[in-house]
Amino acid sequence: MPAVIPDDSVGLVSPQRIHFDQPLPLSCGRSLNTWDLMIETYGELNADASNAVLICHALSGHHHVAGYHSMDERKPGWWDSAIGPGKVIDTNRFFVVGVNNLGGCHGSTGPNTLNPDTGKPYGPDFPIMTVKDWVDSQARLADRLGIEQWAAVVGGSLGGMQALQWAISYPNRLRHCAVIASAAKLSAQNIAFNEVARQAISKDPEFHDGHYYEHETVPRTGLMLARMVGHITYLSDDGMRDKFGRELKDGKLSFDFNPQFEVESYLQYQGERFSSSFDANTYLLMTKALDYFDPAGEQGHDLAAALSPAQCDFLVVSFTTDWRFSPERSRELVDGLIAAGKPVSYAEIDAPQGHDAFLIPIPRYMEVFRSYMNRIANALPQAKGGADHAR
Amino acid sequence: MRADLEIINEWVRPDSRVLDLGCGDGELLAHLKAKKNVSGYGLEIDHDNLTACIDKGVSVIEKDIDDGLASIGNASFDTVIMTQALQSMHRPDLIVDEMLRIGRECIVTFPNFAHWRARGYLAFRGKMPVSKFLPYTWYNTPNIHFCTFKDFENLCVDRNIEILERTVVDHTHRHRWWIKLWPNMLGEIAIYRITR
Repeated sequence: MPAVIPDDSVGLVSPQRIHFDQPLPLSCGRSLNTWDLMIETYGELNADASNAVLICHALSGHHHVAGYHSMDERKPGWWDSAIGPGKVIDTNRFFVVGVNNLGGCHGSTGPNTLNPDTGKPYGPDFPIMTVKDWVDSQARLADRLGIEQWAAVVGGSLGGMQALQWAISYPNRLRHCAVIASAAKLSAQNIAFNEVARQAISKDPEFHDGHYYEHETVPRTGLMLARMVGHITYLSDDGMRDKFGRELKDGKLSFDFNPQFEVESYLQYQGERFSSSFDANTYLLMTKALDYFDPAGEQGHDLAAALSPAQCDFLVVSFTTDWRFSPERSRELVDGLIAAGKPVSYAEIDAPQGHDAFLIPIPRYMEVFRSYMNRIANALPQAKGGADHAR
Repeated sequence: MRADLEIINEWVRPDSRVLDLGCGDGELLAHLKAKKNVSGYGLEIDHDNLTACIDKGVSVIEKDIDDGLASIGNASFDTVIMTQALQSMHRPDLIVDEMLRIGRECIVTFPNFAHWRARGYLAFRGKMPVSKFLPYTWYNTPNIHFCTFKDFENLCVDRNIEILERTVVDHTHRHRWWIKLWPNMLGEIAIYRITR
C-alpha cells in the first residue's frame, strides 16, 4: 500500500471490460461467440494512433500491469517497474495497453466465467487456447481501440511468445517486437515441468475433473504444488543460495517433517498465496498454450521460414541464470531472425535472479530496454514536449 | 568517420548484407545503412557499445566471437568485416576461416607489429612496445596474437585465401606515398579484402 503515489507511477487506474460479439475462431476448431477482455490503459493515444504499446502477460499475469487500483492495494501492477511516466516504457510518450488473455481468471472470458449456453461456469469445457488465438483476440481489441499498428508489442516469457506471434500473424500491425526471456518453442524439459504442475492439479481430489466450482471447492493443494514447482524453476540455484542458503526458521533442526528451512516456508507461502488467488483450470490452460507454441513446427521446423513474414524490428533479451527460458533458446530465436534477414538486437543480461529477472529492474537490462524504447518514441510524430523526454 | 571505416565504406557494395564482427559503437553499420542501404548486423560484447548501437538503430547481437560463429549459415552475408580485432582472437586463423565460410568476401584490418616503431621499441628498449596507438602493457592486453603484414599474407597463402585488395595506412588511417616503398616496415594498419 503506497502512502503516497510515487511521481513515476501511472497512479490510480481502473480496469475496463470490453465486450465482443463477433465470433472468434480458435485453433482447436471451436469458436467463442461472445467474449470479454479485461484491459487497462495508461497514457494517451496520440492523434494518428501511432504510439500504442501492447503488453502481453506471462503465465500468471493479467491486465493490471502498472499503477494501483486503490490506495489500499498492497503492490502495484506486475510490471510497474518498467511502465510509468519517465520509466522505460514511458507513459508520457506511449499509450500502453495491458490485457488479460482469454482463458485467464482476472475478468476476461475464461473457465471461471459463465458459459452463456449453459448458465454455468465453463470450467474444463473452456476451449484450449493457443498463443495464436490470444493474438487474434488482441488484434480485435486493437481494432476496437482504433490502433491500426502498434508502435511495439512487448512481452516476457509466455508474453514474449505472443509478441513473436504478432510479428508472424499480423506483420503490418506492429513496428517493433520485444521478446524477453522467452523462446520460439519450449524444450522437452520445460514441457515436463508443466506436466508435473498439471498432474499436481488434476490429481487433487478437490479438482472434480475441473468442475470444482459446482462443488464449491478449489484444488488448493494441487495449485500450491504446481506453483511451488514453477517457482523453483523461476529462480536460479545461485539466487536461492543467496536468498535462503540453508537458513533455519527457528535456528535448529526440529527432527520432524514440518518446514524448517527458510526455503521451505518461502515456497509454501508462495504456493498458498497463489492457490487462493488463481484458477486451476486457467493454470492448466496457460501451461498448454506454452507447450503448444511452436511457429516453426508448421514450417517443417524451419524457424527462419516461420519468421519470414515479419516486417518489424526485434529486441530479444535473455538472462544468464534463467534455465526455464535459457539464453540458448533466445539465441536460437536470434539465429532464426538473422537467417530470415530481420533486424534484431540481442542482449544477454548477467543476472542471478533466474527467469524472474525479466520482472526486475536490473540496471543493464533497463538501459538496453530504455535505449530501444527511446528510439521508438523518438520516431513518433512530436507531440507535446516529446523532444524534452529524449535522452 | 574514422579513416579506415571510410576506406571500408568504399569497398562495400550498395544493398548488400554485412556482418561486422566487433562492431564497436555501430558507426560503420549506421553509415552503411544510411548511405548504401546495407542491411547488417554487428556482433559486440562491450555493454556500452551495445547500447550505443541500439541508440543508433543498428542491429547488434551480444556475442563473443571467440565462442564461434557456427550458428550462422554458409555464405549468408555478402561481406563480413572485422576491424582491429583479429589480434585479440584466441585463434585468428579459425576466425578467418569462419568469416570466409559465412561471407562471400571479408574485410580485415589489423595493426602491423613489424612497423618500424614497434621494431625499434623492441630492439632498443628490449620491452614489448607500448604506444598511444597500442597502449596496453603485455600482461593486460586484449591483443594476444599480434602479427605482421607478412605473417598474415603467409597465412593467406597457406590457407588458399585470395587477397583481392590491400591498403596500408599509418595509425591515423591516412595513405602516405612512402608507405608503399616498404609496407611491412612503414605501414601501421593494413586493410585487406579477401575471399576464397
